[in-house]
Amino acid sequence: MLSKVFFLYFASVIVLTSSLAITRRNAMHGVLYMLLMFFHLAGLYLFLNAEFLAAVQIIIYAGAIMVLFLFVVMLLNLREDVQKSRFIRPWIIGFIISSGVMVIAIKAARSVEVVGTGRWGIKEIQSATHIGAIGQELYTHYLYPFELASLVLLVAIVGAIVLAKKRLK
Amino acid sequence: MPGTYVPTDYLPVLVFLIIALGFGLGALLFGFLLRPRRPYAEKLSPYESGMLPEGEPRQKFTVRYYIIAILFVVFDVEAVFMYPWAVAFNKIGLYAFVEMMLFILILAVGYIYAWRKDAFVWD
Repeated sequence: MLSKVFFLYFASVIVLTSSLAITRRNAMHGVLYMLLMFFHLAGLYLFLNAEFLAAVQIIIYAGAIMVLFLFVVMLLNLREDVQKSRFIRPWIIGFIISSGVMVIAIKAARSVEVVGTGRWGIKEIQSATHIGAIGQELYTHYLYPFELASLVLLVAIVGAIVLAKKRLK
Repeated sequence: MPGTYVPTDYLPVLVFLIIALGFGLGALLFGFLLRPRRPYAEKLSPYESGMLPEGEPRQKFTVRYYIIAILFVVFDVEAVFMYPWAVAFNKIGLYAFVEMMLFILILAVGYIYAWRKDAFVWD
């Protein structure tokens, strides 16, 4: 019951802030609504017993990605009076595409089965805590993808510096 | 059962949020109720250290901020990987220590590269 109340609160605020984020003329306002949305998404993850995702949502999305978004908005110096015509003119095309995406998302969500058994069932995750369970899996079974992640991050560092330094000099 | 989980450990966070929100909104509300309101044109105009404001308030930022932001994202992701590592460290032990050192070593190469390329220099 209590979790349903919280779910309805989080879900309605997420829907509201994300629709505000994509409809604001001022890009800065859109980014700030997105920040609010990220925080509520983190709350939603907490109620799904996914503490690590909640932490990632706040540390990376609300922290780092948001800074990147704000800097990009400031870098491009977007002004509210700059208005471009829509990419695809007739609204019916956008409507068909977006409702098609929605149908696929609903079908995918319906096909998900929560089994709750196996090595990491819901009980085991709750006793080991979500973060502990991720740690035990990631640093033993998924060691290779974990080390590959550091290479991906290395490519991001080098790529950003190579692209930006060319402009500076 | 999924969907019925209530994270009771996070109750202090909720209490903290309510107090913080109440404190902020309460201060604004009391200020609004108590302060006198006598606006005139000079009071409402933007103040800029006594000078007359000129030009656009929004200016283009340099691309340097973008490098700083990208590097921040990368090292933030690195820090997030240390979070489950620290929690599960007792269960895995030395093995986890070695692989995290390897992870940090690979990223240290990127850090040294950024340093050598003067990405942190602000001239």
